[in-house]
Amino acid sequence: MLDTIHAVQTPEGVDLALRVAGPVPRALAWAVDASLQLGVAAAMWILFGMIGGLAGLGLGLVLIAQFLVMWFYPVLFEVRAHGQTPGKRMLGLRVVQENGTPVGVAASVLRNFLLVADFLPLLYLAGLVSMIADPSFRRLGDLAAGTLVVYADPPRVRLAVIPDVTPVPPPFPLTLEEQAAVIAFAQRADSLSAERAAELASIPRQLAGDDEPRARLIAQAAYLVGRTG
Amino acid sequence: MKLAAFEAQGRARWDRFALLLAALERGDRADAAELAPLYRHVCHDLSLARERQISGALVAELNELALSGHRLLYQARTGQWRSIGAFLARDFPRAVRREWRLVAVLHALFYGLALGLAVLAWQHPDLIYSFVDPANVSEIEEMYDPAGPVAGDARGAEDDATMFGFYIWNNISIAFRTFASGLAFGVGTLVSVIFNALYFGLIASHLAKVGSAEPFFTFVVAHGAFELTAILLSGVAGMRLGLSVLAPGARSRVAAMREAALASLPIIAGAALMLLAAAGIEAFWSPRQLAPYVKYAVGAALWLLVALWLALAGRAHGD
Repeated sequence: MLDTIHAVQTPEGVDLALRVAGPVPRALAWAVDASLQLGVAAAMWILFGMIGGLAGLGLGLVLIAQFLVMWFYPVLFEVRAHGQTPGKRMLGLRVVQENGTPVGVAASVLRNFLLVADFLPLLYLAGLVSMIADPSFRRLGDLAAGTLVVYADPPRVRLAVIPDVTPVPPPFPLTLEEQAAVIAFAQRADSLSAERAAELASIPRQLAGDDEPRARLIAQAAYLVGRTG
Repeated sequence: MKLAAFEAQGRARWDRFALLLAALERGDRADAAELAPLYRHVCHDLSLARERQISGALVAELNELALSGHRLLYQARTGQWRSIGAFLARDFPRAVRREWRLVAVLHALFYGLALGLAVLAWQHPDLIYSFVDPANVSEIEEMYDPAGPVAGDARGAEDDATMFGFYIWNNISIAFRTFASGLAFGVGTLVSVIFNALYFGLIASHLAKVGSAEPFFTFVVAHGAFELTAILLSGVAGMRLGLSVLAPGARSRVAAMREAALASLPIIAGAALMLLAAAGIEAFWSPRQLAPYVKYAVGAALWLLVALWLALAGRAHGD
């Protein structure tokens, strides 16, 4: 996770961590939105087909609506719905400016129109290459508009996975990385063989001691994730 | 500091902040004044929690709270264009004039190519069939046949509305694609401009050859003022993007691209509005069967209007 963090320095002097989203969830969100756009367009054609044939004015309106759905559907949602098109909402993504503020009309128009450039030479190859090359997974449209696609929901801290034991504070303060290692061990302990778990738990000897290292690490993990008892 | 102690002194504040954020997201602004001080306090807590390595889970929670507060507290001003009227009267013509070199180059390219190909096709009447499908050619011939029911009063108001929708859907989409594909080093934009120039030159020349010059030119002269100019302006916006990537100057490519994107945005927006006007003219005025001199006079007036507007509107004193 550490390598997909985009840090924003705020005027308050604190770094906020934005968790940028990679190509796969973004492609899925795109697929949801594209199907919705197609569905809406198809529904309009069917609806107007049923109401008195597609003559004249109705047909003209359908064409204009189709134009708006094709080009302005993502802009409307990104600006009005906190940076989330329906597809992005479903995948838990959000578009923000690079400084973490809400995306504006100009940036949203740019990034969405430039999808055309990201599509080139075919099947969004340019966008994919740009995303893979950029540390913050920005496609060409994001680069030009100064936007990011980030995870909207807080990271799931998997408290439930850690066995229900009485929390015990570690014998000395741990750095965040050490804490993460202890927590990760506790989360995986049940899926490891007993021998392997014991072997792993015996490595941080100062922390786990010689007696029941596995149980002690899990108890410390319970404390570290904030269980009170 | 232990997690429990840190939580004990901060938990009430964080919960209050989370509630306030939820209320503000709903649009309930009763306690909005509390946002800034609470936000600063949460930022402070986040710094402390990080510095003292209190707990990864807590740091993540506070980061999320601070991010939400940041999103509410700091919002970019998006309404730089005061109104559509001010945009059309000032910002758009100014943005176009700032790119006058590209405007000149693309106009020369388009009309030069169109004219060149028209002359060539006049001498070699078969040339059109190497570019355009014969079925399409006869369809176009029929559309502008002076003897036949010209695309005009034979069709009713209902069809005019349909065509209005079609021109919006088709032409503005083309403009947007011409613009966006310019990011590919300008190639996409150039291909689009060149293709349109060839097509326009060939069709005009062919129709003149078969004796349909008058129906054709009386049809296109009025909306052409807006449509051709707008398509070329979307090309200007696209080339601005493409050139920024090709020749970024003393900046990174991303920085140059960003500057170009912001500079080209008013141009493509204005081009879209011009195409909206063109769609109206093409759907409701161009098909009307009137004396040719009326249509030419109106057309000439519109060309003059577009030229004067883009050249003069929004000039400051002493500009």
